[in-house]
Amino acid sequence: MTLTNSDPARRLAALAHERILILDGAMGTQIQTLGLNEEDYAGHGSGHACRHHSEHPQKGNNDLLTLTQPQAVEDIHFDFAMAGADIVETNTFSATTIAQADYGMESAVHDLNAEGARIARRAMDRATAIDGKQRFVAGAVGPTNRTASLSPDVNDPGFRAVTFDDLRLAYGEQVRGLIAGGADLILIETIFDTLNAKAAIFACFEAFEEHGSRLPLMISGTITDASGRTLSGQTPTAFWHSVSHARPFTVGLNCALGASAMRPHIAELAGVADTLICAYPNAGLPNAFGQYDEGPEDTARQVADFAADGMVNVVGGCCGTTPGHIAAIAEAVAPHAPRQMRSEVAA
Amino acid sequence: MTRHLRLSGLEPFVLTPDIPFVNVGERTNVTGSARFRKLITNRDYSAALEVARDQVENGAQIIDINMDEGLIDSKAAMVEFLNLVAAEPDIARVPIMIDSSKWEVIEAGLQCVQGKSVVNSISMKEGEDAFRHHARLCLAYGAAVVVMAFDEDGQADTCARKTQICERAYRILVEEVGFPPEDIIFDPNVFAVATGIEEHNNYGVDFIEATRWIRQNLPHAHVSGGVSNLSFSFRGNDTVREAMHAVFLYHAIQAGMDMGIVNAGQLAVYDQIDPDLREACEDVVLNRREDATERLLDIADRFRGGAREEKVRDLAWREWTVEKRMEHALVNGITEFIEADTEEARQAAERPLHVIEGPLMAGMNVVGDLFGAGKMFLPQVVKSARVMKQAVAILLPYMEEEKRQNGGVGRETAGKVLMATVKGDVHDIGKNIVGVVLACNNYEIIDLGVMVPPQKILQIARDENVDVIGLSGLITPSLDEMSHMAAEMEREGFDIPLLIGGATTSKVHTAVKIAPRYSRGQAVYVLDASRAVGVVGELLSRDRKAAYIDTIKSEYIEVTERHERAERAKKRVPLAEARANAMQIDWSGYTVPAPRFTGAKIIDDWDLAEIAEYIDWTPFFRTWELKGVYPKILEDEKQGEAARALFADAKEMLQRIIDEKWFGPRAVVGFWPANAQGDDIHLFTDNSRGDELARLHTLRQQHAKRPGRPNVALADFVAPGGTDDWIGGFVVTAGAEEAEIAKRFDKANDNYSAILVKALADRFAEAMAEMLHQRVRRDYWGYAADETFAPAELIGEPYQGIRPAPGYPAQPDHTEKRTLFSLLDAEAATGVELTESMAMWPGSSVSGLYIAHPDSYYFGVSKVERDQVQDYANRKGMSMDDMERWLAPILNYVPTAQEVIAAE
Repeated sequence: MTLTNSDPARRLAALAHERILILDGAMGTQIQTLGLNEEDYAGHGSGHACRHHSEHPQKGNNDLLTLTQPQAVEDIHFDFAMAGADIVETNTFSATTIAQADYGMESAVHDLNAEGARIARRAMDRATAIDGKQRFVAGAVGPTNRTASLSPDVNDPGFRAVTFDDLRLAYGEQVRGLIAGGADLILIETIFDTLNAKAAIFACFEAFEEHGSRLPLMISGTITDASGRTLSGQTPTAFWHSVSHARPFTVGLNCALGASAMRPHIAELAGVADTLICAYPNAGLPNAFGQYDEGPEDTARQVADFAADGMVNVVGGCCGTTPGHIAAIAEAVAPHAPRQMRSEVAA
Repeated sequence: MTRHLRLSGLEPFVLTPDIPFVNVGERTNVTGSARFRKLITNRDYSAALEVARDQVENGAQIIDINMDEGLIDSKAAMVEFLNLVAAEPDIARVPIMIDSSKWEVIEAGLQCVQGKSVVNSISMKEGEDAFRHHARLCLAYGAAVVVMAFDEDGQADTCARKTQICERAYRILVEEVGFPPEDIIFDPNVFAVATGIEEHNNYGVDFIEATRWIRQNLPHAHVSGGVSNLSFSFRGNDTVREAMHAVFLYHAIQAGMDMGIVNAGQLAVYDQIDPDLREACEDVVLNRREDATERLLDIADRFRGGAREEKVRDLAWREWTVEKRMEHALVNGITEFIEADTEEARQAAERPLHVIEGPLMAGMNVVGDLFGAGKMFLPQVVKSARVMKQAVAILLPYMEEEKRQNGGVGRETAGKVLMATVKGDVHDIGKNIVGVVLACNNYEIIDLGVMVPPQKILQIARDENVDVIGLSGLITPSLDEMSHMAAEMEREGFDIPLLIGGATTSKVHTAVKIAPRYSRGQAVYVLDASRAVGVVGELLSRDRKAAYIDTIKSEYIEVTERHERAERAKKRVPLAEARANAMQIDWSGYTVPAPRFTGAKIIDDWDLAEIAEYIDWTPFFRTWELKGVYPKILEDEKQGEAARALFADAKEMLQRIIDEKWFGPRAVVGFWPANAQGDDIHLFTDNSRGDELARLHTLRQQHAKRPGRPNVALADFVAPGGTDDWIGGFVVTAGAEEAEIAKRFDKANDNYSAILVKALADRFAEAMAEMLHQRVRRDYWGYAADETFAPAELIGEPYQGIRPAPGYPAQPDHTEKRTLFSLLDAEAATGVELTESMAMWPGSSVSGLYIAHPDSYYFGVSKVERDQVQDYANRKGMSMDDMERWLAPILNYVPTAQEVIAAE
């Protein structure tokens, strides 16, 4: 009783065979430029009033803007689509009960995800009406702010602030919301603890079973420091072995590093993974003032190097990347063929 | 990709054909190890972890963990032990085999491992449905499986039953469940042989033959087994058991068994087994004779009690000094000896606190450095903090006792630290680690958690009378929040130190944006958790606080100034703005005498001995990579001897150059009436200033300047029209002879002299330029006729006026040499030629302009923008492409953008 793949999955696979696909850039970076205040976030002043209530301040709860500033979020998606993104990520990075607990917004999780997917779909349809290109909505699933394989209490290394089942349930609710809102695929990203990601994969399997078809999965880890490992200590290859059972559409890396620093780790993954490779680095490293200095051309040149060396199938940007970066990346990788998997090369 | 079994802990493991056999460690198995069972039953988890660590150190590529013991809660024990293993990077680097006969224990285990592990085991003993269900879950958790040859009728004993069950299981897994065949490991059951029961005699052969069949017929699947069962009947005779295992493995591996649960530390080497014993074992294992069991029993006693060597861990580091031992323990996260070492250090120290401030902090600094360099990763650093904690726990009672004796009461903490992740930020992993590290050092920590508004932080800081506030943040908006927090502390009259940490924070941001807002107290950037203790210790020390804050303050001032300089250096102003900020010399009332002649004049009355007096020797030594100022370098402790020897050789050759007239120095100098117009200098044929003879072009500085500093160009130093001014030019050369002489030395294989003569020729040319400039000031132009500087005094350029050369910082455009050379007809006059790249040949030549104004000075144009290059190209009548090529080193922009457009 193996599930069949969804229709967008087949179209996506066909497209990925032809060329390098483009993922969008940083939602957070775009939101920061709007300079929203507490009132804007909570939807009290401008924008839509939020029917979910919380005593906590909401400034910084970017995912909530899906409900309180839907037009702004849709426009950001639209800008990325017109810049050349084939796949855009929903504004749902922290839309789990675990991550929203910090804002007292657990009750909004289903709406955040379903609406997040719908808004992205609307923006894609607007863009497609203009240029006829087909586009895909990736439901973004973030890491939450808790780790299932690291203790937050150094005195008690066996302690866990969150369990696999806590995460499985939270992710399950998120993924069901994303599917209900019409997400074409699921992107589990910024993975700093692989056990969190394994809970997300498990939750996806359960949700797909209920849904009756399998959405393509994109899985993206994060190498956090100079050791070349994830926060939870895995090497890129060990990370791939840990998530390969998801049979993902892509595996790759995002965030924490700029493209040049990410390169050796992407090269390692490209050497071991029998699936497509996705890379969306930051626009360099933030400077001392938290701004990303790397311009579109700089980032694009480095990402194009990945493409020229046949290492990638999907590219985009993470922190600090704007529609300008995505347009530059799309243009820079256009002349290059997508990476071929070793089995394809041998065939 | 080739279908290999791919597992992982923190590091990957791939079962390639190069690996004939994977050793699965069995000592963390309560059913296989009495010692481990005892440790787990007694909840002695730290010793139990040592068992796991030993196995990995002894080469186990996978470790089997089994908690199936009737007296303990197997599920809880499995979860607890796996969570603890996850915090031990040197154990967690290898994949885990989660071993239980109870599915609920296995599933609980699967929920604790981030790597790809192996489930041991599932089977069809409860029927196909349960088997399918478990297999699907293994797939969803991402684990490989060991499948026991076990069905509804029981464990398979014969080769036929084993192969039949394995084949059936394989079909279900691969065809129905979609299980990757390379992730299936069959365990066809190793049973005891030589038990005295005849039916058991063929069990070894059954296993080996089933293994062979599986490997040939079930593609990509693997075969494993628990080897120790085989020798069950020889319990108590380890020599015989080890020999049986070795013999069995020797044959089973040849048949295709590629994994097994064995005690890696206790395995005989096949070739080294006593031949009699080996033959007897082979007879048993391979069921070669009917009396095999009796024969083995007969000789078994001969081998009873054979000494067995336990492999010992490398404990050489225990021989080191106590400080080095503590550092080793911190870096490697070893808690085993830290109590004894800390006690030893305490006894040697004057006060218990000195152990913390001394060896423990030194060790943590090493950890910090290794982490910064990417040589340690976070889970390892967390372990180091734990070792630190245990060490401090030893010292704490002594510190309290010391306090009590000094008249204090109760538990005295080193200080109260309030910690919080700022408003709008929810990241707290790093903050928690800092909290723990500080707590380990006897600080009382008040942790307010995440998203804490400034008013709450200040309220609690006041109520609790804390000594330090620590702020953390990961996302970039938190930087502003921290600056805001600093301003609030200032406004509310706080003066306690404010610590800043977190991934996006930096020393520069703290110095530039946070510290200035909090003048009553000091904001201090803390790089990482390992530094926190040192910083807080200094800030709360009665003796050292003031000096430490002074150091921080001056460091931050320096950082701020450097930052502002760098910012200014990066910024370029438009050309129009730079021109508006040109140097304003007051030309009203300025007069300068007319030079004694207009036009060019050859100077040929050179005396080599006189030139030599003008030599500046400092650059000569620099040519030989001896860095220092002449004559002090001759007495330099390190370089003095070499410098003196070189100088003696140089003096000797110099004398020969003078005596034998090796060089024929030549020079040409010229003067022309000149006036600046904009950034250009117009030269006239005569002092009526009616006919323009030539035009010199100059480049203007474009970097953003501090108020009061001009954006200068050489043209600013020349009077504009209406005031009579002149400009001079010159070319000097030590002569072309230098090259000939050097070639002669080279031919004689005397490279040293060849280099020496060239270096001296360069010095002669520079000395000529200096000497000629003096003659110009005193005589040819005569604007400083009374100047009386001695040759050696000229080195500091104390005189009026400058002689900037094209191609040097004040005029980086080499092509200006063309104008100078044609004005002087320099090639005919001196023999010096310009190469196509505008270099002068011979190399020992110097050229330049003379500018007389007392306010003129040497400067660097530094980088320029496209607007000036375009303007300059227009003024010179050169194409933009040409101009950009000549000015490439000083362009503040990438000129290719236009090429791209042109190419399209």
